[in-house]
Amino acid sequence: MLARAILLGPQRHVPMVKPAVDFLAPPHDGAPIAVVTAGWEEREAEDQEFKDHMQRPVQNLEIWRRVEQIFERDPELLTAMRTRHDTLRKVQELYRLRLVGLMDAARALLRRIGDSALLEPERQGALEMVQKLDRDHVARVAAIHEEFEARWHPADRREVIAQRQQIAALVEVAPCVCIAGGHVAVLLHRLRLFDLLALIGRRPVVAWSAGAMILLPRIVLFHDDPPQGSADPEVMEAGLAALPGLVVFPHARRRLKVHDQRNAQLMARRFEPDVCALLDEGSRLDFDGTRWSAPAGTLKLTDAGRLQEVGA
Amino acid sequence: MTILRAVEEAAQAGPLAVESLLATTTFPRVEGRTVTFLFRGEAQEVSLQHWIHGLPGSLAFRRLRPSDLWVLQIDLPPGSRMEYKLGVMYFGRGTMIRDPLNPQSARDPFGANSVVYGEGYRPPDWATEDPDARRGTVEDRTIDSRVFGGPRQVKVYLPARFRQTRRYPLLVAHDGFDYLAFASLQTVLDNLIHRLEIPPLLCALTQSPDRLREYGADERHGEFIVGELVPQLEAIYPLVKQPAARGILGASFGAVASLATAWRHPGFFGKMLLQSGSFVFTEIGEHDRGPVFDPVVRFVNEFRKQPGRPAEQVFSSCGVYESLIYYNRSLVPLLQDTGMTVRFREANDGHNWENWRDRLREGLSFLFPGPLWLVYE
Repeated sequence: MLARAILLGPQRHVPMVKPAVDFLAPPHDGAPIAVVTAGWEEREAEDQEFKDHMQRPVQNLEIWRRVEQIFERDPELLTAMRTRHDTLRKVQELYRLRLVGLMDAARALLRRIGDSALLEPERQGALEMVQKLDRDHVARVAAIHEEFEARWHPADRREVIAQRQQIAALVEVAPCVCIAGGHVAVLLHRLRLFDLLALIGRRPVVAWSAGAMILLPRIVLFHDDPPQGSADPEVMEAGLAALPGLVVFPHARRRLKVHDQRNAQLMARRFEPDVCALLDEGSRLDFDGTRWSAPAGTLKLTDAGRLQEVGA
Repeated sequence: MTILRAVEEAAQAGPLAVESLLATTTFPRVEGRTVTFLFRGEAQEVSLQHWIHGLPGSLAFRRLRPSDLWVLQIDLPPGSRMEYKLGVMYFGRGTMIRDPLNPQSARDPFGANSVVYGEGYRPPDWATEDPDARRGTVEDRTIDSRVFGGPRQVKVYLPARFRQTRRYPLLVAHDGFDYLAFASLQTVLDNLIHRLEIPPLLCALTQSPDRLREYGADERHGEFIVGELVPQLEAIYPLVKQPAARGILGASFGAVASLATAWRHPGFFGKMLLQSGSFVFTEIGEHDRGPVFDPVVRFVNEFRKQPGRPAEQVFSSCGVYESLIYYNRSLVPLLQDTGMTVRFREANDGHNWENWRDRLREGLSFLFPGPLWLVYE
């Protein structure tokens, strides 16, 4: 578990990282902040705008580049990771097939009007089936990762060890670690490869969008108006579980029909006991090591499908 | 009171009542499936000229004497778009004009038409400029063509944040300049890329100087696209040189050119986006579409005999108000039998650029799915 962290919404139009970092790690000795922009993939190095915003020294950990370099030098690991990626994609498709039917039933029951004494047990039962499927999926993906680790020992490979040592040296002097958004699977799997959490230790973390998603117990993919296929939110897999009790939804106003009460209710009840927090521009969630707090304006979904201040 | 009754009463009541009606009511008026058109002016005849297959091409307005109002009501199914002009006869001479009471218009290479939206139709928000979306750029390029005996001008769309160190898919668009001008293709690509619904890609926008001939299944055209255009672009731009990353797009004769190119060069393009293809064929006897269709019909007949497997994925669409709907529908099972993944969409629309624009989101995101579910910046 992280000692202290701040989760933020998208930063493009309303950058809020600097005050968050300065709050957790006031500048004093000129040590550079460490930043992870691996979620930007091949644009990882395009971090000048972030550096300009921070107005204090910044060290990019270059996670994406380092993994690309490992792949060049360790093609066996590359092949193994690609195979794992294909397996994960297929498992996700199978999960999706089962999910559609269960979500249709849960949605229909939540929208149905009638005797609540009759309906509510059915609703609860339908939601529990979705929750069980989500749990089973998380377990299945975890088993795939465990099998991968046991077979290929990625952490013990020479190239990974060498890169991890370099990352460790950079993190060692950093007063705070920032994790930007981007491609959530790329970010998760590359940070996991280096066990970055262990290197971060007690340092505070500021993360936004996908960077925030991966720190939580579960990663939920979502979009209520995709151009193709089902719009049901999907659990991707377990996150790094470095922070407790939340599922976060970056760009919620753009990607979710948050004012569709039944839709919001289904989301909130499906993921309970975790709280569904909306990470829109300007949103901020503070974790002090034991509990969450948030300034006014950061919203969550209630069991009734309403929007409510996280602090309320 | 129905709108027709209100119009009739205003016509009887005199010019002030007419002025009042026009000040408070917009025309054409859409109520459910009924559209009421109104024209005001001295004329001998007024008619609605449209391009909806299955309806008489000219629908007469009724004069509401003693006023100078003319009225027409038609049935228009929900979700429809209908482009039209008014035919107005003055002193024995007819003229075609846009509806003076309707500010909505749709442009095409021949000018512009008035357009009316059926109940439930909304112009797609992804086809209008989004200030949040980063803008791509369009470059002019000259392609040397031995096939056509001279240079060909093309435009190339580069996505926002284009970089040489990355590899991009390629979409080749027929009538590409028209797609830019009349189907908002640049805006659509900018928006869909911004929304992560398609990946950043390059789009080669070709424009033939002799399209009815070259797009009409002319073998030289396919050789130009496959043997000259794409290789020269691959030498300039960082493109993924694999069929799965190549798509070909066209509407009307451009769809014929797309299918013919992919068919004659199977395995080169992995994806086809065919819009309102002029896929006229004959089961027996001769076609009645004029000599420009002769090579098209020969090609489609040949294709139907031996379809092969031109690509891996096809998105095909056609308006149900087009005469081509029969041919496009008929082709679907044949395309499916080739083993390609096929999606076919019909729209309550005609043979026009905004119909083709409105299908781009579904077509492009089907063929080039973006990282929508995985990227949260």
